[in-house]
Amino acid sequence: MKSAIDKHAADGCHETWVPMLEMATREVFELMVGTELELPENVVETNLDVTAMVGLAGQLCGVLSVRCENMAAALITSKMLGVELHKTGSEMSDALGEIANMVAGNFKNKISGLAEGCLLSPPTVITGNDYSLHPQVDSGDLEIRLVFEKMPLVVSLQVQSQN
Amino acid sequence: MSIRALIVDDSSVMRKIVERSLRQAGIDLSQVLEAGNGADALAVLAENPVDLILCDINMPIMDGLEFIKQLPGVANAKNVPVVMITTEGSESHVVQALSCGARGYIRKPFTPDQVKEHVVPVLGGKS
Repeated sequence: MKSAIDKHAADGCHETWVPMLEMATREVFELMVGTELELPENVVETNLDVTAMVGLAGQLCGVLSVRCENMAAALITSKMLGVELHKTGSEMSDALGEIANMVAGNFKNKISGLAEGCLLSPPTVITGNDYSLHPQVDSGDLEIRLVFEKMPLVVSLQVQSQN
Repeated sequence: MSIRALIVDDSSVMRKIVERSLRQAGIDLSQVLEAGNGADALAVLAENPVDLILCDINMPIMDGLEFIKQLPGVANAKNVPVVMITTEGSESHVVQALSCGARGYIRKPFTPDQVKEHVVPVLGGKS
């Protein structure tokens, strides 16, 4: 019997996961950062110089990433910890990694069958934007663009199809 | 009555958030001890009695489930309630954690109210 994941993959319906990815992201920010994310009025390409990534393995293989500006990362950290902005430096990577981890966990818990059969890697955080990411995925890229305190926030899920 | 809590999570940010959530939930903390994995937590418990343990599942070296399996052999952890706080939301993880001795299970992301809802009952009036 096919699981919901198999059926989605077979039907090429990963696009239907976009609303769940957005909901998972919004819930993490509302509960852990105390901020309601907004939809962008227009797409503005800026330097998203902090990238937090979590790998997924098992029934769903791929990479989930959360990207934002350095200032946004600092503000997220400040709000998560309840400390002043200038005191967030050393913990920014840890905080953004936890955000990515919670978004990935919250997302997989929303999809039938995925909570049980999908493992998350420890998060990795990259600062700077002069890099190219080449994950072993082949099913395109689900991406949501949101706004955190007037700064862009991009969440991507790159998925390896199940053969 | 104030309590001594041990918070076990490989993220120092998450340990601070859990501590803050406990305080926001109105739980009076006299001491907060921290560990980054199960093995470090066992070392902390060897030296320090506590009244409450909050523990992540996915951690390096020794994960949260293995950690709570070891607690019956630790004098300072005898009858100490353990509440899991984790991104793992599957029923099998919940069942496994409860069968290993956890008294509560909180899924990340969480609110201070959820922490209060799951932690206060297991303290048996100590908070």
